[in-house]
Amino acid sequence: MSASSAGPILELRDVSLSFKGVKALNALSFAVARGEICALIGPNGAGKSSLLNIINGVYRADEGEVVFDGAPFRRIRPLEAARRGIGRTFQHNALFKRLSVIDNVLAGLTRHSRTTLVEHAFGLPRDLAESRALRARAEDIIEHLELTPHRGTVVSTLPYGVQKRVDLARALVGRPSLLLLDEPMAGMNQDEKRQMSRFVTEANAVLGATVVLIEHDIGVVMDLSHHVVVLDYGRKVGDGTPRQVRNDPDVIAAYLGTVH
Amino acid sequence: MAFLIETLIGGLLSGVMYALVAIGFVLIYKASGVFNFAQGAMVLCAALTFVTLRDQGLAFWFAALVTLAIMVVLAIAVERVVLRPLMNQSQITLFMATLGLSFVIEGMSQLVMGASVHELDLGIVDTPVEVGPILVSQFDLVAAAAAGILVLALSVFFNVTRIGISLRAIADDPQAALSIGIRLQRLWRIVWGVAGFVALVAGLLWGSRQGVQFSLTFVVLKALPVLIIGGFTSIAGAIVGGLIVGAADALAEIYVGPLLGGSVSTWFVYVLAVAFLLIRPAGLFGERAIERV
Repeated sequence: MSASSAGPILELRDVSLSFKGVKALNALSFAVARGEICALIGPNGAGKSSLLNIINGVYRADEGEVVFDGAPFRRIRPLEAARRGIGRTFQHNALFKRLSVIDNVLAGLTRHSRTTLVEHAFGLPRDLAESRALRARAEDIIEHLELTPHRGTVVSTLPYGVQKRVDLARALVGRPSLLLLDEPMAGMNQDEKRQMSRFVTEANAVLGATVVLIEHDIGVVMDLSHHVVVLDYGRKVGDGTPRQVRNDPDVIAAYLGTVH
Repeated sequence: MAFLIETLIGGLLSGVMYALVAIGFVLIYKASGVFNFAQGAMVLCAALTFVTLRDQGLAFWFAALVTLAIMVVLAIAVERVVLRPLMNQSQITLFMATLGLSFVIEGMSQLVMGASVHELDLGIVDTPVEVGPILVSQFDLVAAAAAGILVLALSVFFNVTRIGISLRAIADDPQAALSIGIRLQRLWRIVWGVAGFVALVAGLLWGSRQGVQFSLTFVVLKALPVLIIGGFTSIAGAIVGGLIVGAADALAEIYVGPLLGGSVSTWFVYVLAVAFLLIRPAGLFGERAIERV
């Protein structure tokens, strides 16, 4: 392990972002400890998705910096983020819709390929061995996320809930050290949410990924996460364990509503 | 009857030559959604480089290899100078960029290598062979075989390898592709390099048929109806489209031309293409766009 492994895996320092004068994020700071599941909650428009987009480089912060694995940056490119081990899923499944489930998952392994174009084009031994290894990893994840029956199905024909799982599989197969999940349970029924919660817990506990997730279902969030950060209008209004946040008067006022 | 079949076969074989040009378009369109107008200029550039090297006394294979290397360098330069700065721009912007690129490549090629007409001899004997009562051009047969091998190789490369998966992935969702670590820019370089290779093959065959000269760049116009009929996104479509265009062109010239009292060869296939546009706008093999209304 590197020397940086002692500190938090992710730290945001006074990050601000605005769109044409509208502040989406306002001097936001918090840290995510290595190995935890951290939930971002807040009303729509609070800046949660913008925040994920800054962490993996889709957006550039106007001010402040993000520290990932001890390395600070103002802007990281999405490709660079992926190569450093930041995986993510998208709010509106940005899957490769015309590809099968297995091909989507295989695409998630691209950055792990070490063979050259020439080796690959001519199917030289080293490349064949690598292809077998990568395929085995993809099959493992598919089995683990109970996607085996849909293995060869073109993604666009699958139900929404299953697509969400494919999105998770595509992100997980790359073995990210930090996994960003943008509303992984949106549009799911209770059973599907329970199942997805289990997969997220396993990704965290078994595969060792630190998870930052956005979720609206407070019940799910409180059960699943170790750490909750509450956003409202681009500002942080709460930060702590689920229990602390639930009882924080500011959070209640801003988001959770009055306790009856 | 024999004459009809002969005309048909001749047409189909020259259709393969059209398909060869169309494949270059399909490759780039699939990877980046750009209609690369510069494909014709690339054909000219490849053919001109090849004959110039041959005139300098280089051996056939060596000249072909050097030309290929130059086409790959061109691909890398195009990615760096044109595509990367214009990333996330609209398709029409990219199309205009390739239009400009086409003039730059044409101009530079002729500036460096001269604008005179070169003869290109591939050493293929062009005496017709007799198959029963039918005469078939030997040159056309070789061209068709070359195109066939090329298509097979490309299909394997893009469908069996992981590069194919990455390619289809970026066509579907470039942003997501970047976020999971697919190297978009490397893929563009590969695809433009392969398109350069296809341009080389097309340039050699077309060049040896009509001489290497500026007009080679107009093979683009021959590829257009092929793409409309076959679809912009399918290599198989380019082949089938090429065959349809070749056959229709040849048959129309013989059987429709006299009725109208003149040559129909230059425009008949465009009429056909427009008819296809009305019936199947995405082409025979193209992916139909499904849009939410």
